[in-house]
Amino acid sequence: MAALSGDTSRGMALAAPATVYVGLLVAVPLAILVAYSLWTQTYVDVDRTVTLANYQEAFTDPLVRYLLIRSILIAGAVTLVTVALAYPIAYFIALKARRKTLWLLLITIPFWSSYLLRVFAWKLILGFNGVMNSALLWAGMIEEPLSFLLYNEFAVVLTLAHAWAPFAILPIYVSLQKIDPSLLEAATDLGSGPWERFFRVTLPLTVPGVIAACLVIFIPTVGDYVTPSLVGGSDGKMIANLIQVQFGAANNWPLGATLSLLAMLAVGFVAMVFVLSVGSAGRRIR
Amino acid sequence: MTRPSGLAIYTILYLAFLYLPVLLLPLFSFNSGTIAAFPIKGWTLDWYRQLGSQQTLLDALGNSLIVGAVTAFAATGMGLFAARAYVRYRFPGRAASEGLVMLPLVVPGIIVASSMLVLFISIGLKPSLTTVILGHTFLAVPFSVAILKSAFDGFDVSLEEASYDLGENAFGTFRRVTLPIVAPGIVASLLVTFTVSFDEFVLAFFLSGSEPTLPVYIWSQIRFPAKLPNTLALGSVLLLVSVLLLVVAEIFRRRSARGLA
Repeated sequence: MAALSGDTSRGMALAAPATVYVGLLVAVPLAILVAYSLWTQTYVDVDRTVTLANYQEAFTDPLVRYLLIRSILIAGAVTLVTVALAYPIAYFIALKARRKTLWLLLITIPFWSSYLLRVFAWKLILGFNGVMNSALLWAGMIEEPLSFLLYNEFAVVLTLAHAWAPFAILPIYVSLQKIDPSLLEAATDLGSGPWERFFRVTLPLTVPGVIAACLVIFIPTVGDYVTPSLVGGSDGKMIANLIQVQFGAANNWPLGATLSLLAMLAVGFVAMVFVLSVGSAGRRIR
Repeated sequence: MTRPSGLAIYTILYLAFLYLPVLLLPLFSFNSGTIAAFPIKGWTLDWYRQLGSQQTLLDALGNSLIVGAVTAFAATGMGLFAARAYVRYRFPGRAASEGLVMLPLVVPGIIVASSMLVLFISIGLKPSLTTVILGHTFLAVPFSVAILKSAFDGFDVSLEEASYDLGENAFGTFRRVTLPIVAPGIVASLLVTFTVSFDEFVLAFFLSGSEPTLPVYIWSQIRFPAKLPNTLALGSVLLLVSVLLLVVAEIFRRRSARGLA
């Protein structure tokens, strides 16, 4: 027993620095954020009288509601598009490709670079006088530049679907790898065609990977700042842009804190509903 | 040679989509025209030559190197201990601790950035390189833990026991047995956490105050179309640096994951 308790204390002591550091930087800022959301901004000072005025303002301001709902819808669209585009890739690498490690490396290398620069590159590609339009004009495929490429929701979804690609491919790949081949053989022996086998055996077995991919993409995307700023234009702004304005130009930190908290709650709520509903749907299939 | 399947063709197209932005940036950085558009006017290295003479850029580079280096050592230090604890010991709260340490990977950037700004101001820390380092270390810890866990996974405990039997104490065993074996993992972690910090923008944007890091500097340049060629050249250099650092990190990580087996 003595050795065991020595192990326990040694393990705890070793894990402590990272746990305490991350824990403090999660909990303390959150607590201060809550406090700020209950205070109000008066010109240059913060009035520390506790009030729900910020929440009232956030709930009644149509712009806040609009941006919050749009952020969630855009993040949802990004999640759907990214996972749908990535699934066949994960399937190909896990079940068809021979040099799996090489393929996985090829998929991830573009993402070993600055996110800011990749988004910036998309801005250059999609711009009115940008790479895509100039290439199409040069090739004689269009008469005048396409104006619907940049500064709208399409550009935001496309850019983010690119940015999150490996985060969709890898978890789905892992869950495909885990499938016992004898299950697929059994389905074939019992008379399933390739499509039926996919929808009744392969796809249900990869639900955990798909859920993981969805969460890993959806949660950070709702609060994305760089992409809507660079390629979203006025039609593609999201909640993070409004939060940044409160901490920057508008200098209303209490309202900014309130918006951050509301964004976090909204993300948590949607993610929870998603996991519960997919979980119950999965049980019904089985 | 068999006919390639539809799935294989789709995969190739998808790869082209993935590589399009990261290849176009370098391509147009050699363009002598000042906008990123086809046809390419001519080839030049001028934009690269001009980089060395821009003092604000060099200052930002210096800031990024300092922040990256301190972040790498701080995160890897904490990650080393934590990874060792998770792989080697069973203790109450282990799963909770592991989950918490991985949390920075999924929290939206704007929420981390705004809440840390509020925290640092509240405790009297002005936005500076110090606050950026504190924030980046927070973001980098999970990367370090993940890499070092795989390094400790292939670790044979009997080697440490042998060292104890031969009379080494705990510290001597760590320094002379454990450390050399996980050294490739430590190098991989240092490189990855450095790159995480070097490329990070949103936190640095909120927390750097009047001392911009390189991504914050690039952000300030993106607004000016006249600066585009220089931004492209700088961006291409950064892309190359990040990819090279992470390729080296991957080589070290694989070496460590293979362990002594």
